[in-house]
Order: sequence, then structure tokens, then C-alpha cells
Amino acid sequence: MSNQGVTVHHGEEINNSTGVSNKKLLMWAFLGSDVMFFGTFIGTFMAYRNKSLNGPYPEDTLDIPITSVSTFVLLMSSLGVVLAVHYLKESKMGLAKFWLILVIIMGMIFMGFQVYEFTHFAHIGMTPQANLFGSTFFTLTSLHGAHVSLGILWLIFLLYNEYKGNLTSENAIDLELAGLYWHFVDIVWIIIFALLYLITAGDGVPPGGLPWTAGH
Amino acid sequence: MSSILGPKQFQIPRIFPRPMSHSGIWYWLGTVDHKKIGTMYGIVSFFWFIMGGIEALLIRVQLSQAENDIISPELYNQLFTMHGTTMVFLVVMPLSAAFFNWLIPLQIGARDVAFPRLNALSLWVFIFGSILMNISWFTGEAPNGGWFGYPPNSTIQFNPGNGMTFWVLGLNVLGVASIAAGLNFIVTIINMRAPGMTMMRMPVFTWMTFITSILIVLALPILGVAGIQMTGDRVYGTNFFNSEAGGDPIFWQHIFWLFGHPEVYILILPAMGIVSEILPTFARKPLFGYTFIVFSGAIIGFMGWFVWSHHMFTVGLGPAANTAFTLSTMLIAIPTGVKIFNWLATLWGGSIKFTTAMLFSIGFIAMFTIGGLSGVTHAVSPSDAQQQDTYYVVAHFHYVLFGGAIFAIFGGLYFWWPKFTGYMLNERLGILNFIIMMIGFNLQFAPMHWLGLDGMPRRIYTYAENMGWELSNLAATVGGFLIAFSVLIFIINVFISRRNKKLASGDPWDARTLEWSISSPPPHYNFVNIPQVEHIDDWWYKKYPELLEGSPKQTKSAKATVEDTSNVDESKIHLPDLSYYPLFVGIGLSIAALGVIYSYALVTIGLILVFWGCIGWSTEPVNEPHEKHH
Ligand SMILES: [Cu+2]
Repeated sequence: MSNQGVTVHHGEEINNSTGVSNKKLLMWAFLGSDVMFFGTFIGTFMAYRNKSLNGPYPEDTLDIPITSVSTFVLLMSSLGVVLAVHYLKESKMGLAKFWLILVIIMGMIFMGFQVYEFTHFAHIGMTPQANLFGSTFFTLTSLHGAHVSLGILWLIFLLYNEYKGNLTSENAIDLELAGLYWHFVDIVWIIIFALLYLITAGDGVPPGGLPWTAGH
Repeated sequence: MSSILGPKQFQIPRIFPRPMSHSGIWYWLGTVDHKKIGTMYGIVSFFWFIMGGIEALLIRVQLSQAENDIISPELYNQLFTMHGTTMVFLVVMPLSAAFFNWLIPLQIGARDVAFPRLNALSLWVFIFGSILMNISWFTGEAPNGGWFGYPPNSTIQFNPGNGMTFWVLGLNVLGVASIAAGLNFIVTIINMRAPGMTMMRMPVFTWMTFITSILIVLALPILGVAGIQMTGDRVYGTNFFNSEAGGDPIFWQHIFWLFGHPEVYILILPAMGIVSEILPTFARKPLFGYTFIVFSGAIIGFMGWFVWSHHMFTVGLGPAANTAFTLSTMLIAIPTGVKIFNWLATLWGGSIKFTTAMLFSIGFIAMFTIGGLSGVTHAVSPSDAQQQDTYYVVAHFHYVLFGGAIFAIFGGLYFWWPKFTGYMLNERLGILNFIIMMIGFNLQFAPMHWLGLDGMPRRIYTYAENMGWELSNLAATVGGFLIAFSVLIFIINVFISRRNKKLASGDPWDARTLEWSISSPPPHYNFVNIPQVEHIDDWWYKKYPELLEGSPKQTKSAKATVEDTSNVDESKIHLPDLSYYPLFVGIGLSIAALGVIYSYALVTIGLILVFWGCIGWSTEPVNEPHEKHH
């Protein structure tokens, strides 16, 4: 009889052992998983550094000043996301939308640079098939680009909902999670920029020569 | 998955109406109930268990006598590749997932997992990924490069055709399913525990699921990367493992085993969890050294990352690396040994009931110990040089994966069957099942030890007459058919239990953890009242509180009874509605993967399905507004 009229609820309102929302935990766990994903690609790149048997080599292809510009834009977009979340929480919808639009545009600029860079590389014969440098470089940067593109789509979806009035300060967590993802993708890019561009840029013919010339 | 919960709910137009019925095919396709999802995981992976078993039997038939030619070398390669791949990725992992799904919410006192639709997504991605992998049989080009796909044997230059492309794409799709499930269970276990259920009060099975989920989430992305690289090599002409362009086949081995060794623990930790639930129940005393078992599991999960090169002792990494990995591998045997002694001590002084589940668990301890010890013999790198790529290794990993994981899973099936279905399995048939499986298993795999030490290599499709290997191989084949017979007994047992309908009570074994405090099968909302947890084995001490005061044996009558659901007002039950979007994302992913082999049109169709599914999913309310009964 004690069960008479018991209302059975479901989900977070009943059990929430840590006080952190499920969605946020999910995002953190996912990012942990993604660290391993990028980590393995970065490890592959470093393991195959200076192992290409033929050109084009990094010194023939990479253009640090141009990529520095797109890196700067992506870095600034992280600041934009912080502001977009901040104003959304304060219900200053005009500013929240403004910063979100700006972030989306900056993300698109970054992707534009990547498309330009890829076509330029292809033009000078640096393709994923060309050598080990090409294979490792393109898989890593294009999968990072895929992450950025997914992030842009996500932010556009959220922006649409801001205009519809569905995304308000009450559920600002939805934007916060997208922001968390965006920061992560940004941090990964900084590592990529440091390892794939800055450190690698001077690499030419492998030190010690190619396997068949070594020792001569 | 972001869900917009604002007042003016935006939804993309539905092509099909949201399924609402609570029976029939649409219900099963759209269900987000962790118990139904667990059941489907179980049925599908049991189907693959039979398929993988048939592949094994064909291998055994071919090897039953010297110079046999029933099966061609090409088909033989496909059979051993698909047998290994199937048993690891389509059987042991998803069968464990079936137990995770069924048991985790029940064991921690929750009404479902943290993300029910994500859970459905894992299921559908797994099902279509498994189909994708096996479609290759119908093209005549099943994967043939071994379950670890070593280049150059798996590169397009030396292994043309679509076989290994199917393999690598199938693994990538299955990896998505595993990662999604792993994330879900991490969040569920961290955040959905009932009040009072602290981490150190969780059942051991929940703990092992937690550690396994962390391993899945961290290890499967590594396999994903290896898969993307090999897909690139095979389909788009990249150079990762192409030695002509300086690519290093050994590099594949490093990545694969960096995933592969944690994978070993992904396969065995859930089995250890199952056994840790069964033993105390039927020894009628608490698990000995709960804390030790939990921390041993955690240490195994951590150290499992630093032993991978023991699969590569004969590659020529040099004495320093071989010594380091010999030592780390021998060290990881310590926490495993700790667990074995804890299980033995659990039995010590107990009033043991030899049910089928208990027999399988004891069988697990014995067989797993044999497999563990033979594993230590090839942890020693000099002795491994003799054993590498011989049947000795085949014997070893079947002792840990069949004698270990599969025995525990069968024990778990017999143990939780009444909870899953509400019916008891026949114990006599169960014991027969155990005895025949035990005999068949040892007849099949024990001879492989000496075959291997005598030098019989793995993966050869036949052998010469004068090697002295005929009798042992014949015995192994007979053993294989005995195992098949024992599995048949299990299936018969299932059908008999469905016909006899011998009803199970909520707590037929007088067991210890929360899933036994509710009726069998549980109502779809699981718990009428979310339990308040005060102890490890909370249900046991609610029944026998005098045990807490130091009374040596429980009194005759239990002080707590299984939850009564007869007075629950069903109209006030508030659970998530069905959703078909996970199904479409699952189909879309496999279609896109198939398109990588055949045409970009398929890739496009698949990705459109995925995209539509994701948008529909994130805009779909958990409950349709008109469904609210408040
Ligand atoms: Cu290993």
C-alpha cells in the first residue's frame, strides 16, 4: 500500500551523484577519448618525421607566416566563445548572438585557410600519396579540420536556436558544452601548429641522407 | 548530445511518426530501455558466437588429419581471420555489453543509463557494423590477413581485393559503437548511483564495468587511428605501412598492440566482475578482500598500457626493450594473482552451493589460472622466441578467452537468466552443459600446448604426415565438436525454459546486490522507490541485518522482501519515449563505410542519414508533450 500513487520519474532529477550534469561529464569523457585519437595521429607524425624517401619535404611546402594568421584567428575564436557563453548566461542576447556569429565566422576563416593551404600543397605536388610527410600531415590536419567543421555546424545550430528563443540563459549549458569542445579543438591545433609546422618547417632531405645514399 | 529545452520546441519535420506502441517490431526498433537493448545485444552477439563457432569447427575439420584438403588455403585464411575477429569484436565485447546494459542500472539503483538514446545508438551501430563486416563473405572476399592484420600481409600491394578493407572499416564502425557505450557507462556509473551508493559500495561487476569502459574509451580510438591509416593505404594510396615509400610495417604492430593489450583486459575484466558476483552468492559469504579486488582491477587497467610490446618480442626491438616489457608483463601478473587468491579465499569456509553458475565460475578460476600461467611463460622473452606464432600461443589465449571470458559469461547467463526473463533455466541440463563444455574445452585446447612446443605453427592450413601431430589435432577437433554440443544443450535449455515457464522469484538465489531486490523480470521503470544504500551488498544486509551485528550465520527468514509493483499507478510513470533516430544514424554509418569500398554515392547517402539522424535526435524532446500525464 505504501506504493500507492508513487510517481516514477526518470533521469537526472532523481539520481545525480556528483552534482555535475550528465552532459558535461559526457563531454569531458569524450574529450579524453579524443585526446587518444589525436595523440596517436600526432605520434605517427613524429615517428615518421624525416623518414620520407622523396620530396616534397616540409621546407619546400610549409609557409609559417600564413598558417600563423589562421592559428591566430582560431585562438581568438576561443575568446569569442567564452564571451558568447558569458553574455548568454547574463541574458544579454544581442551580445551573445554577436559573439557567436563572430566565432562562426572565425572558424570559417580558419577552414578557408586550410582549404587554400591544401589546394596550394596539391598544386606543388604535396599530396597524401606523395610521401610519408604527406600521408601523416594530411590525415592529421584534415581530421582536425573535420572537428572544426563539426564545431561550426554545432554552433550554427545553437545560433539558430538563439534566434528562435529556444536557447536562453536557462540552458546555457548547451552552448557551454559546445564551447568546451571548441576550446579543445583549439588546443589540439596549437599542438599541431607547434609540432607539424614550427618544429618541422626546416626539415629537408633526412639528416644522414636517404637509405640508399647513407654511408657513401 | 545537446537538447534544446526552451519553451518553443523546434523539431525537424518527421518522415515517420514517433513510435509510441509498447510492443511489436517498432517498439524494439525504437526502444531506449536499457533492458531491451541488453537483450538485443545478447541475442545478436550470441548469433555471432554460433557463426564464429562454425568458423572454428571448419578450421578444426580441416586440421583433423594431416594433408587434408577439405578447405582451400584461401578459405582457410578467411576462416581463421574471421573467427578471431568475430569472437573478439562481435562476441565477447558485445556479450559483455549485454551484461553492462542489463545490470549496471539495476546494480546502482537507477531507472536507466545516463543517455538512453546514445545507448540505443551503440546497439544499432554494433549490429550494422557486424553485418558490414560479414557482408564480405557474400562478395567472396572475406578478410584474410589475420585478426591483427599485420602489414605487409594486409597491404593492398600484397593483399589486393576488398577483404581487408571490409575488415578495417568494420572495425572502425564497431569502434564507434564501443566508444559510445563506454562513454555512456562511465557517466552512468559516476553520476546515476542511488543515494548512499558510494564508489566503494558498488558491486564488483559495476567496478569492473567502470574500468572496462575507461579502457574502451581510451583504447578504441587508437584502433580507430590504425584503421583510418590502413583504409588510407588500401583505398587512397597513402603510405603509412607501405615499405616502398619508407612506411614501417612494425609501426602498425606498435599501434595495434597499444590498443590490443588494453583490449585483452576489456575482454577479461567484465568476466572477472561476473565471477566476483557469483562466488559470494553461492559461497554464502562476502567477497574476500573487496578493496583488493577493486584496486587490482584498477591497477590492471593502468598497467595494461605498458606491456604491449610483449606481442613483439621476436620483432627485434633489442634487449633493452625486451627486458623492460618482460618485467612489466610479469608485474601485471601480480594483481591478477591477487584476484585469484581472493576468489579462492571467498570459497574458503563458505557453505557452497554447486549451481551451474557456480560451476562455471569455479571452472573460470581453474582455466583462467592455467591460461594466465602459460601467459607468464611467454612473458619471458627468451622462451617466447620458441613459442611465438605456434599453437602454444593459441592454447594460451583460448584458455584465457574461452576458459576465462566465455566460461564466466555462461556462468553469468545461468546466474542472471531468471532476472532477465523471469524463468528459471533447468539446472540438470545446465550442469550437463558445464561438464561437456569443460571436457570439450580441455580436449580441444590442452593438446595445443604440446603441439605448439613441438613447433606446429599457427595459421597453417595443413601439415605433413610424419610430424606426429595427427592424434593431438584429432583430439582437438573432437573437443571442438563437444563444445558445440554443449552450446546446443544451452540453447535447448533456453527453449525448454520458455516452454515450461518455471517462474522465477525476484531473488531466486538469495543473492546480495540491488538487482535482486526487484521483481523478475524487472518492471520497465526498474525501481518503484529508489533504494537508500547503506552497505556493500546492501540487499543482503537489508535481508539479514543480524549479520552486521556479528551473528555468524543468517537467520532463516529474510527481513526484506522483493519490491511489490502491484500498486504502482502506471499512469504516473514517466520514462523517455521511443526514438528511431539512433537506428538511422547506425544504418547511415555502415552505409557510409560500405561506400568507401564501392561508391561515393553510398557515402553521401550514409552521411545524409547520419546528419539527419543527429539533427532529429538533438531536437527531439525526450517525451512528446501530449504524453505527459501530470
Ligand atoms: Cu598483451
